[in-house]
This record gives sequence, structure tokens and C-alpha cells, in this order.
Amino acid sequence: MKFNRLTTAMLGGLLLSATVTTHAATELVVATVNNGHMIEMQKLGKHFEEANPDIKLKWVTLEEGVLRQRVTTDVATKGGQFDVMTIGMYETPIWGKKGWIKELKFDDSYKIDDLLPAIRDGLSADGKLYAAPFYGESSMLMYRSDLVKEAGMEMPSNPTWDHVAEVAAKIHNPEKGIYGICLRGKPGWGDNMAFLTTLANTYGGQWFNMEWKPQLESQPWKDAITFYVDLLTKYGPPGSASNSFNEILALFNEGKCGMWVDATIAASFISDPKQSKVADKVAFAQAPTKVTPKGANWLWAWALAIPESSTKAAEAQKFIQWATSTDYINLVGKEEGWGSVPTGTRQSTYDNADFKAAAKFADAELAAIKSANPNDSTLEKSPYTGVQFATIPEFQAIGVNVGQQMSSALAGKESVEEALKTGQEAAEREMRKAGYYK
Amino acid sequence: MQSSPNSSPQKLIIRTIAAWLVALILFFPLLFLAFTAFKTEGQAIAVPSLWVFTPTLENFVEVQERSNYMHFAWNSIVTSVVSTILGLLIAAPAAYSMAFSPTKRTKDILMWMLSTKMMPAVGALVPIYVMAQWAHLLDTKFILIIVFTMSNLPIMVWMLYTHFKDIPHEILEASRMDGATLWDEFRHVLLPLGMGGLASTGLLCLVLAWNEAFWALNLGSANAGTLATLVASYSSPEGLFWAKLSAASLMAIAPIIVFGWFSQKQLVQGMTFGAVK
Repeated sequence: MKFNRLTTAMLGGLLLSATVTTHAATELVVATVNNGHMIEMQKLGKHFEEANPDIKLKWVTLEEGVLRQRVTTDVATKGGQFDVMTIGMYETPIWGKKGWIKELKFDDSYKIDDLLPAIRDGLSADGKLYAAPFYGESSMLMYRSDLVKEAGMEMPSNPTWDHVAEVAAKIHNPEKGIYGICLRGKPGWGDNMAFLTTLANTYGGQWFNMEWKPQLESQPWKDAITFYVDLLTKYGPPGSASNSFNEILALFNEGKCGMWVDATIAASFISDPKQSKVADKVAFAQAPTKVTPKGANWLWAWALAIPESSTKAAEAQKFIQWATSTDYINLVGKEEGWGSVPTGTRQSTYDNADFKAAAKFADAELAAIKSANPNDSTLEKSPYTGVQFATIPEFQAIGVNVGQQMSSALAGKESVEEALKTGQEAAEREMRKAGYYK
Repeated sequence: MQSSPNSSPQKLIIRTIAAWLVALILFFPLLFLAFTAFKTEGQAIAVPSLWVFTPTLENFVEVQERSNYMHFAWNSIVTSVVSTILGLLIAAPAAYSMAFSPTKRTKDILMWMLSTKMMPAVGALVPIYVMAQWAHLLDTKFILIIVFTMSNLPIMVWMLYTHFKDIPHEILEASRMDGATLWDEFRHVLLPLGMGGLASTGLLCLVLAWNEAFWALNLGSANAGTLATLVASYSSPEGLFWAKLSAASLMAIAPIIVFGWFSQKQLVQGMTFGAVK
């Protein structure tokens, strides 16, 4: 093989570019997830750069699971790879207490009191705000008003699960490709367990009692999971055990789901005629309840935080203030239309007439978010905060394990009792190992 | 003359159909990906899948607008090419030594090298991450090159060892008798004879490095992200993304497919070298 000068020069160039990296002094690395609102922020970032010519934004878009793993590794090892990171309501209080992320202090122009109280509380620890909400969501019931009407039924704005089951039975028509109800079944603490925790909450259940003992074998959990498995087996689409948000969104948009209880953000997708075949036929109600309305609908926010290891905290804070401000929401409304603004963060968004005209789900979404209370989400008193999760580091592992059992019960591989027993044992093992009790 | 049972026309037809069937099954995911890339998001999730539709380029336009494709492509080129060259520079002498001057422990060493591939990559994530952080190499192409080289090295040594073993010792001994130095022997005898093996090993490792996603996702981000990270960034937890993800995937694999197409003869020749004696 002959190495001529050109080849040598090319190889040299490759090696050089492989080893030499340049860093701009005020380059902010922002880690985000890939969803509509975040991509919008990426596009509109040029407005921030124009207003702040000394700051340049660099985006790292990651899949949610990868983002969680990356930012967790980064904050835990003080890697300093990111200056602004997108984190959720689960991580924020835990990381804030550990001192992994910086406290956020904004000036008066930020209008901090405009933030929805439930969201602000969920992103705070010991009264300090550790992440600024970029968009927030709760869960609610989305349904096909045409099918409900055809069945001679009505859907109240605050339905019960018994009523929902009745409606599901009436509108279920698999011959026509319509399934009474679609719910999450894919295992994961943020997948099926987010929904199932709200179901268990409204049945009067809780994850842990005041002694931190897992309560999965309690009667409310048994009743809730039996009802869920029964409902989906009778009136759900085939293969529910592998359905999560996106799978059900696809089914709903194709007109195959009569009802769906899931994140409020779905409302904007299913009422968008560009992607939904049933956009003009959808209606909204609050998440169904059973024994108690407490914890029946979840609360979540994607928020922006600054890791303790960032050396550009001042610039990062400036960016976060811009991206979560009312001015930013107005900018999205002006540039992309009011149907595209990030919702669930500020009262002023829901007071805006333009937004209300563009989003017919606005009132239901606001009511859902306002009714969720992470500090009081269970019938019996609980030692943890969080509606569809418990804000303790051990929850993630427990949620994944129990999620697998629930999915397995839904698929008919084991009984509800067996699944809950296995989940309980796994949860007890984890909590004992973590030293909550002996 | 009676034809052998193996070459009867019926058997030939069955074999041909079976071969086509297997090829189609293997090719189907790629075909599905290519079709989805030219659909709208609504068409992409249609059940049953649409096979007749008006193709659109909107997904490619959006990927191009949202992501700096060239930045990711350049990182992929640099990391895969440099790691392959580096790997060959290390693997060739190692394989030479083990093939032509074996010791009692050569087989054990080869097996030990291969055993490093048996551990899942995530098992080594934390130590490598912490070391990279300590050396200030996170999110640099340099760390990706090192890791790609190390992870491909066992395969490279094994492949080259197998190729070198098929070269008769006598040729090398003859060159030594003629006064060739070690370098002369390597340069003028072994390299020309082992070129097929070196080329196929290099090509295979290039493809492996190009497609590597785990380390690229965990060690690279804003500066050193490769095309694998570009693809991963189009997966979304909430919202439809299949068409855009397919477009990004197609753009990511296109260069290596074109490259593989042109070098397939070399690749197949090299990989089957020594398989039939």
C-alpha cells in the first residue's frame, strides 16, 4: 500500500481534528428532550442569541431515557458537560436537596407568582425553587364525543371510573375497529406506573405508609389493578401490555380509541386536524375518580435547571429566565400560533384570550393541573411527595420492577395477586436495602 | 451423464427461492425504514401500513433544518476512520506475532481478548466515564476514537490472526534467508499477501465504529456527537416522530451503505478467505 502525500495529509488532518477542540467562552450547552415544545425553543433560540450576542447556545437533544441517564451521571460525577439541563418534577427536589443543582433566583420581571402553585411547589425543595417550568401537564380523560352520544350516554366533567367502564362497554365495537378505552400498559415507572399510581390513589391506595412500608398488597391496590386488567381485557385494544403514550396516540388519531386517560399534552395532538382523523370529535373531562379525588390525576413538568458543576451559571440563569418567561410564551404565540405555546406553567397563559380561542382543552387542562397536589395525593397520610411517583431516589427502581409485574398481569402471564405480591417483595427489598427500615 | 442430486433443477429453484426469501426478510426493515422516511407523520402510523402514497421530502428538510447534519457526519467520519487505522496499527503486529511466533499461551491470550467482548458495554460505563472526565476528555472525538479502537481491537486481532495463519511460514522464512529485516518481511511479504485480510478487517471495523451508539451517546454530546446520536435525538416520548426518525436514520446510514456497496467485493472476499480449503 502506497502512502502518498495526499493520504498522509488527510490522515494528519483527521487526527488533528480529532484531538483539537475549541471552546467559546460563553457557549451554553443545553440538554433537552425531543418533543414539540423543546424543538420550538431550539428554533426560537436565535432570538435569545440576538438579544445576548455574548452567549451562544449549543443544543444536545436526547431521548428521554438517555437524557435521564446522561444528566444523572453528569450531576452525580460533577462532569460539567451541560450548563442547562431539562429535568422533570421527580428529579428536581431530590437533586436540589443533594445540592446537585443550583437554586434559581429571578428578578421581579420574571413574575414568579404567575407560575401555577402546584407546578412551582413540585419543582421546589425546602421552599427554594431549583428548576423553572418550561411546560407542565396533568392527566385527564379524552374521549370521542360522537361515540358517547351515539351510545346514548353522557360524560360529566368529573366522571367516576364506574361510569367510564359503563361507557367503554357501550362504545366498544372491535368489528368496526373501535375499542372502548385505551390505557398505558407498557412497563416503566414513567409509563404504566404513572397511570396506575393515579388509579391506585383514587381507589384509596398509596405507595408507602408512614413507616415507609410498601402497600402494594393492600386492598385498594388489589381493587385498582383488578379493575384495570378487567377493563382493558374486555374493552381495550389487543396488545395493550405494550402500549404507552405514543402507541395510544397513534391509535386515537386513527379513530380506534373511544376514551383515553393520559397526559394533558395529548389534547393538543388529538385535536390537531393535521395529525388526527378525529380532531373535530374529541372532548375532554377530568381524570375519573373512585373512592377519593385525591391523586386521581398526575402532575408533571419538564423544567430547566443549572447543574452545580456549570461554570456559566449567570448566563445559564439568563437563558432559563428567557425560556420560561411570559415574553417567551408570547413570542411562540406570535411566531408559531397560540395553539403551539408551552402550557401548564403560568396563570397568564390561561387568561390569554388568544390562547383560549386556539386551545379548546385549556379549561380542562388548567382545572386538572390546579387540582393536583403533590403534597396531599393519597387518602391515607403518606410520608412522600409526588402524585404519580414518590420523590425518593429508590422509587425509580421500584417503579420499573412493579411496572413489569403489572404489564405481565395485563398480558395474562400471571394473576393480579401474584403480580402485586412479587412487586411488594421487590419494593420491600429495595426499601430495606436503602435503610428505611430493618 | 446423470446430474447429481444437488444440482437438479427443482433443488436449484428451491434454493434460489429460499435465498431470495432470506434476503428479503433481512432487507425488509431497511425497506420499511426507507418508505417511512418519505411519508408524513400521519401516514407513518397508519394501520395497516401504507405502501402506496405520495412521497414527501419534508422529513429530510426538517432534519436538515433542526440538526447540523454535516457536523455529526464529520464526527462519524473522523472517529470511525481514525479508530480503524489506529486499530489496524496495533492489531497487525499483534496478530503477526501470534500467528508466526506462537507460544504456549497464544490461544489463551486470544481467548482472553475475545472474552472482553462478552461483557456488556454498560458494565464498563462508570469507570470509563469517570476516567474520561478526570482526563477532561468528555465530549471529545479523541475519547470516542480510543474507546472505539479498544472495543474493536479483539475482533481485529482475531480476524487478522486467522488471515495470517493461512500464509505459509516458508515464504517468510525464505525472505529471512534472503536477508530481509523484520520490517522488510512485514512490508514486502506479509502486507501484500495479507492485504485481503487487512482490507476486510478494516472495512468491518469501520462499519462497526460508524454504527456504534452506546459510547457515542454516553461520552459525546454537543461537540463529539456522531450520526448515531443524531438518530437517537429524534426519538420522542410524547409525540409522533417515526417519519422524522426514519429520515434521520436513512441519512445516517446512507454514507456507509454507499461505501459498503463499492467495497462489497473486498469485504466478502476477505471475510470468506480461508473459509473453504
